[in-house]
Amino acid sequence: MAETYIARSTAIAARVLGGEMMIMSAADSTFFTLNEVATVIWQAADGRTPLSEIVERRVCREFEIEPEVARRDAEQFVSELSQHGILLVSNEPIPDTKPGMAGAQ
Amino acid sequence: MSLLSEMNDKATALGIPLSVHIDVTYRCNERCVHCYLDHDDKGEMSTAEIKNVLDQLAEAGVFFLVFSGGEVFMRQDFLELVEYARNLLFNVKIKTNAVMIHEAEARRLRELGVEQIQISVYSHRSAVHDAITKLPGSLKRTINSIKFLKSQGLKVTMSNVLMTVNRQDQRGTHALAKELGVAYTLDPTVTPKLDGDTSILSLRAADDDLDLLFSDSELVGDVSEFCKPPVPVDEDVLEGHSCSAGHTACYINPYGEVFPCVQFPLPTGNVRRQKFTDIWYQSPQMNEVRSIKVKDLTVCSSCSHAGSCTRCPGLAYMEGSMRGPSTSDCEKSFHRTGIPSANMLRKAAMASSGPLIQIQPMLG
Repeated sequence: MAETYIARSTAIAARVLGGEMMIMSAADSTFFTLNEVATVIWQAADGRTPLSEIVERRVCREFEIEPEVARRDAEQFVSELSQHGILLVSNEPIPDTKPGMAGAQ
Repeated sequence: MSLLSEMNDKATALGIPLSVHIDVTYRCNERCVHCYLDHDDKGEMSTAEIKNVLDQLAEAGVFFLVFSGGEVFMRQDFLELVEYARNLLFNVKIKTNAVMIHEAEARRLRELGVEQIQISVYSHRSAVHDAITKLPGSLKRTINSIKFLKSQGLKVTMSNVLMTVNRQDQRGTHALAKELGVAYTLDPTVTPKLDGDTSILSLRAADDDLDLLFSDSELVGDVSEFCKPPVPVDEDVLEGHSCSAGHTACYINPYGEVFPCVQFPLPTGNVRRQKFTDIWYQSPQMNEVRSIKVKDLTVCSSCSHAGSCTRCPGLAYMEGSMRGPSTSDCEKSFHRTGIPSANMLRKAAMASSGPLIQIQPMLG
């Protein structure tokens, strides 16, 4: 089965507030807050680490969640955030981007 | 409650400075008649100094960042600063007169993911706008820039100040905003100059203008809701505070000085000599500002408007006391509801009680 790679979009504003990540999409000003587990996935979304590895190494170990439950929750989270364009998803590793670089939008 | 309100409450509880307004320069290419600034450069922060401040702000938890001035594009490095701020993932808003924004600048601002550009426009007529900015051709150039920014899909707000010199053009300016497809705000607040000079207060809109403004549903939304009588003053109101200044927001000027708000000229420290978080958490002045609750206000604590007034502690400070009333907000509360504030009643009582000393000439 093909791996899934995730990377944070640069067309967002983001900051941790009291352990929770707050994110605002620059495109449509939609505002999100992520819980602790989602924040860990978000912070690990470097475009190079496969989602399965993030789930196994970070979510399951740090939060003691069953692998099957963690995988299903992570896939749902990734799907929701990618629909709003704030998380990029690919079957290939995703190169680094910064705001203002080609492809950042 | 919206997510944003929840975030504000959380930031207040944790003492996080969620929003910072930073003026990167006081230099300006316009000389607006109502401006409160001194435009001479007294040694503004370098590119490296501002980047260092931005690093500190990100670390302190700042999410909303406003770049303003002066005119921000008077700095050659302004877009470099915006790029740096966006790499730190701030939500960036820019206040500008836009005169120096052309197609290339507009494209770059879009690429950098700037949230919003707020542009000052005082009239739909060049004769009036340019007379206020004292820059011939400024309205035409500003409108062209708004078109560039709109063509890039950026969110633009046209920001107007209601004054004696443009009061007759308010509707026309609003119509211009609609024609250009941008949001419009109108603020009746004219503040004293930062050096204490109050001469520009003569530009403040008259009472009739406030009545007209507050009855315009396009500006205030539901008029009956906006103008409804003040909410009852209860324990929650008295234990609350006036605004976010010093609680979740602050202001940094081009010389590194930190204040509770851009309208609150109480120096609390300088990021050229101190860490931002040391000023934010330890400055006696900042702590004094955030210690003041509505119940501590000298006049306003007994006012029926206490729970719904827009009282600005910075304007009150400029009037003489950060615990005192802000007269222009008393007037706004009165014109919204028809109910005089405690401060207005106090002043009326003092005026009608006659002189404290009566002197009569001795007869014969």
